[in-house]
Amino acid sequence: MKPTDIAAPDYFHKVVDCQWACPAHTPVPEYIRLIAQGRYSDAYMINWKSNVFPGILGRTCDRPCEPACRRGRVEETPVAICRLKRVAADFKDDIKQRLPRPAAKNGKRVAFVGGGPASLTVARDLAPLGYHCTVFDADPEAGGMMRTQIPKFRLPNSVIDEETGYILGLGVEFRGGHRIESMKSLLAEKYDAIFVGSGAPRGRELDIPGRKEAAANIHIGIEWLANVSFGHTDKIGKRVIVLGGGNTAMDCCRTARRLGGEKVTVVVRSGFEEMKASPWEKEDAIHEDIPILNYMVPVEFKHVAGKLIGVTFQHVKAEFDAKGRRNLVPSGDPDQTIPCDDVLVAVGQENAFPWIEQDCGIEFDKWHMPKVDPKTFVSTNPKVFFGGDAAFGPKNIIWAVAHGHDAALSIHKMLSGEDITERPLPDVQVSSQKMGIHEWSYDNDISNDKRFKVPHRDKVIALKDIRAEVELGYDVKLALGEAERCLNCDVQTVFSTSLCIECDACADICPMDCITFTNNGEEDDLRHRLKAPSPHPDQDLYVSSDLKTGRVMVKDEDVCLHCGLCAERCPTGAWDMQKYFIEMTHAGSTCPTRSRSAA
Amino acid sequence: MTYIAKPKFHHPGLKKNELGYTHRDYEGKISTLCAGCGHDSITASIIEACYELSIEPHRVAKISGIGCSSKTPDYFLGNSHGFNSVHGRMPSVLTGANLANRDLIYLGVSGDGDSASIGFGQFAHSIRRGVNMTYIVENNGVYGLTKGQFSATADRGSKSKKGVTNTDNAIDLVAIALQLGATFVARSFSGDKTQLVPLIAAAIRHKGASFIDVISPCIAFNNHAGSTKSFDYVREHNDAVNRLDVLVGRDPIAVDYAPGTVQVVEQHDGSKIALRKIDADYDPHDRLGAQTFLARHAAKGQIVTGLLYVDPEAEDLHEHLNTVETPLNTLEADTLCPGSAVLDKINASLR
Repeated sequence: MKPTDIAAPDYFHKVVDCQWACPAHTPVPEYIRLIAQGRYSDAYMINWKSNVFPGILGRTCDRPCEPACRRGRVEETPVAICRLKRVAADFKDDIKQRLPRPAAKNGKRVAFVGGGPASLTVARDLAPLGYHCTVFDADPEAGGMMRTQIPKFRLPNSVIDEETGYILGLGVEFRGGHRIESMKSLLAEKYDAIFVGSGAPRGRELDIPGRKEAAANIHIGIEWLANVSFGHTDKIGKRVIVLGGGNTAMDCCRTARRLGGEKVTVVVRSGFEEMKASPWEKEDAIHEDIPILNYMVPVEFKHVAGKLIGVTFQHVKAEFDAKGRRNLVPSGDPDQTIPCDDVLVAVGQENAFPWIEQDCGIEFDKWHMPKVDPKTFVSTNPKVFFGGDAAFGPKNIIWAVAHGHDAALSIHKMLSGEDITERPLPDVQVSSQKMGIHEWSYDNDISNDKRFKVPHRDKVIALKDIRAEVELGYDVKLALGEAERCLNCDVQTVFSTSLCIECDACADICPMDCITFTNNGEEDDLRHRLKAPSPHPDQDLYVSSDLKTGRVMVKDEDVCLHCGLCAERCPTGAWDMQKYFIEMTHAGSTCPTRSRSAA
Repeated sequence: MTYIAKPKFHHPGLKKNELGYTHRDYEGKISTLCAGCGHDSITASIIEACYELSIEPHRVAKISGIGCSSKTPDYFLGNSHGFNSVHGRMPSVLTGANLANRDLIYLGVSGDGDSASIGFGQFAHSIRRGVNMTYIVENNGVYGLTKGQFSATADRGSKSKKGVTNTDNAIDLVAIALQLGATFVARSFSGDKTQLVPLIAAAIRHKGASFIDVISPCIAFNNHAGSTKSFDYVREHNDAVNRLDVLVGRDPIAVDYAPGTVQVVEQHDGSKIALRKIDADYDPHDRLGAQTFLARHAAKGQIVTGLLYVDPEAEDLHEHLNTVETPLNTLEADTLCPGSAVLDKINASLR
């Protein structure tokens, strides 16, 4: 293999698995260290800069970081990154003084369709640069689906108010209760740019017999949740069936439990394991005595004179065809009818753009989705940008934020007369953590603690009050314990070939057997000659140039604990522990575009 | 010195030996030696060898004297018996322990000061008696704990860190061990684990006095130009006569080697050593030949490493003394002291 180029920004970024997996690339280990030090406001600001909604995401994020967390490959469970983010939000001081000041206007106007996470992120990035941002939303308050679809027992209004407030406080104009009905007339208002962040607002229908007749007791999940959120709906029948296996279904069933549903059942077509809902959301639902039945396909809504009495299901099983594709085929068991008073249909969401006229210069593909460039988020109309669920279909908040940052950069570049396809490199800082012979400016002693559980409100009380937040969040002590579990993957092991005397001290001390001195070879061959097995080929090998004996140093990054013992036991300083801080470049930052070298 | 404990986590894919242990289970405390010390690599090699042989840690007694090397038993086999004895007295303490309980595996760990100076006589007699043990000398040619004076194994003409030339002749412990009748004699280098680990494993399986001289560079005081025990010097002058694989309870797997280059040595306990010859003429069963070979190469400034001599049919001290199979420390008082009637009988037989 060729010697690893550690100056390429991506190399060490990939080692910080959580940050690499995060769509917004939040510097996770950096803020976790700040939490451990009790510097909650600093930790919050790192998050705020990167993901805009730390308090909201700390409660609701889909957490792509956690399955990626290195700790999960070393022991059973990853670090509770998401809930630590909430700790920063819960314990911070007043941070208003740290926010950007509303800037003098630069005369350019940007319109936003929809006031959800994608639009607000773009506005957050553009308003401090002097853009006049006008956000239109059909709902009276900002927040979009964060406010309408996520139940208050998971995300209280106070948190949404606070974090949307920070953005509107930057001088962003919010026009609530103002639904955009025509793209054409919006274009006619001569905005310099338009950002569409209108989400995926339509709940998918379930068109089976009985749907029309029993319509009074069959509700579309996201619409029903929005009605609950605004107080239009405050009760439901005693027996409720929720159809669907995503996070919306989980929100529906738990909400139903709080509005009078005594016997709430979730029924999914596929297997329990394949459900789209996050594992922890399934756990929370089961904890609230909601059974989840699987491999059952709804075939008919049963009704008597228009009054819903139950749903009939066909039992299916999974079969795999020659190509390995899974098909659901009838299992042969007799159909089953589950009696119920109400049904909530949460079988998916769809995009809908009835308000975009065909002659706006915005082209759509065969799935009726706008043609959007995945890097710049521009549509075929160079002044119109899309982001969030409106761009590529339903995902989650953190993706909307990532889209928003990129779209803001494009808008800023376009309105500055620059080429929007030329994207800036991230900002990278590398600094040695050495303070003494065996002292580091980070805590390299590895905690053996298992993941700490987040305290929950007592179930009896929680089920009585739809606005009582179920999760209470970590207290300071639990937060410190959980923060200590972080392996500091951003503190990188950096190897200097010229200093190495091949004494083997690093290979001997390494608790994870990551380091091997051996003859060079092709990657496949090399992976078989390492001291310990190398089961994750997606994890890079760090290969040195040739050493004095002709061998090379090979380090499998996979399960390195970043404990720094290799550097402590190195007599010549050939190993050093260097903190690698990488931050995405947002609109308005100095934009380094030429290639640069690290360390 | 490292202040944190070595993390308990280990690689999730580590292989386990027949006892279900990983090599991490054979570790001891974290080393307090200087960073980069060759001794730490020898420690790692002992750990590896014991792991590969699936040795039960409680079946091992590790005994040492005084010095950097003699600290190392604290860093391996944390669940074994240990005795850190007086300077240079490891061999007699080991001999005594071996006589009392012949069932344990004895690992004597010593250094060049401990064995070639203050304990030279002790070293000689334990070898001469054929105590069943593995005697490892971690040989760095200097007194590290007292800041780098030449030891008795420092080569004449080699230079100290300050530039002073050594005028004394060196003791070659391997040559002495051969002369005194050790039945397993090897030399290796801390920087070459592929050679060292199987040597230690083979020595542990050998019944009789096994002696391994391991050159182990002292990073702090003896790893400079002019030293003959530095990483660079040893790598340049290393003349390995063979490499080996230890095979326990298996047929030798010799498919990888060219025909005629592998010599299988079967030891007393049925374990086999597959020797891959590098020097085709070298015969590890010829004690006299080994001595000449060593002397000839030493004169050329070469450091001969590998398995230099082995007598697979060796006997040990217990056979010489005709002791009972049962360890003496488990015999009850009435067996050890059968009474005056038996004494009278013995006395009568001598009249």
